[in-house]
Amino acid sequence: MLEGAVLLAALALGDARAGEEVYSRCLGCHALDYDRTGPKHCGLLGRRAGSVPGYEYSPAMKRSGIVWSEKTLERFLADPVNTVPGTTMTYAGVPDPADRSNLIAYLKKQRCE
Amino acid sequence: MSFFAFSSPLVARRAFLGKSGLALSGTAIALLAGRDVLAAKAGGSTAADAGILNTALAAELEAVAAYQVGAESGLLEKPVLALAGQFQGHHREHADVLAKTIRQLGGKPVDAKQKYDFPTRGLKNQADVLRFAASLEKGAVSAYLGAVPLFRNRDLSKAAASILGDEAMHWAVLRNALGENPVPSAFVS
Repeated sequence: MLEGAVLLAALALGDARAGEEVYSRCLGCHALDYDRTGPKHCGLLGRRAGSVPGYEYSPAMKRSGIVWSEKTLERFLADPVNTVPGTTMTYAGVPDPADRSNLIAYLKKQRCE
Repeated sequence: MSFFAFSSPLVARRAFLGKSGLALSGTAIALLAGRDVLAAKAGGSTAADAGILNTALAAELEAVAAYQVGAESGLLEKPVLALAGQFQGHHREHADVLAKTIRQLGGKPVDAKQKYDFPTRGLKNQADVLRFAASLEKGAVSAYLGAVPLFRNRDLSKAAASILGDEAMHWAVLRNALGENPVPSAFVS
């Protein structure tokens, strides 16, 4: 019981260093500090989805009403296409909860200069 | 005529290309199947499949531009420059076939951007360029891996997996050129 609680707490915290490795999967389309096929990721937490100036989002993302938080990212990263139908992030998702947690921990640290 | 009727894939390919006059890979041929065939196999989900292909196309067009930046950097030695040109050519081929397929699915292919942002200030030597290219190729492998299961049309999944294989080879060669283990693990993610 206690072991399970510790595991859950660890997942909730995430390991940013391990998350950097997970982020390498995103580098086909994203960068931290400039827009590419996908929008930049610095300053993501707390940002309203579809709001990076100058980046051309899908209508689906713009009207999603999502504000990126640990909770919303956890849901989106698990299954982007079904979480925001019509998103241009046509990616099956990050299936491992620990990978998602680590990735979110990494993204949380990325501030825009 | 089946590929299985030939003594080796190479013989089969030569014979096929000789008869058809085509210079396209098997993947390109699969992607460029008639629109009716693609539409029928997609089961009415052509728009979704075209959307997946369009995201891939945008990334391929960016890869072409990224290799151009590398080629024009003046930082690459001749053999590496030749390799970069070859890989850029592959990405251009991918982009051409993806764009044609999107059109055949009734979609509108995205255009290349007028201008791409790349971290050029951080590229000081050949290793920097190779490392940058390797990160893009690794990301592309992951992106295709994440796209393969989404296609409604299984032929498109197969074709995307073929492109994934090519880009995984690019990644491995670039790592090797950097003196890193070219194949660091048994699986990619």
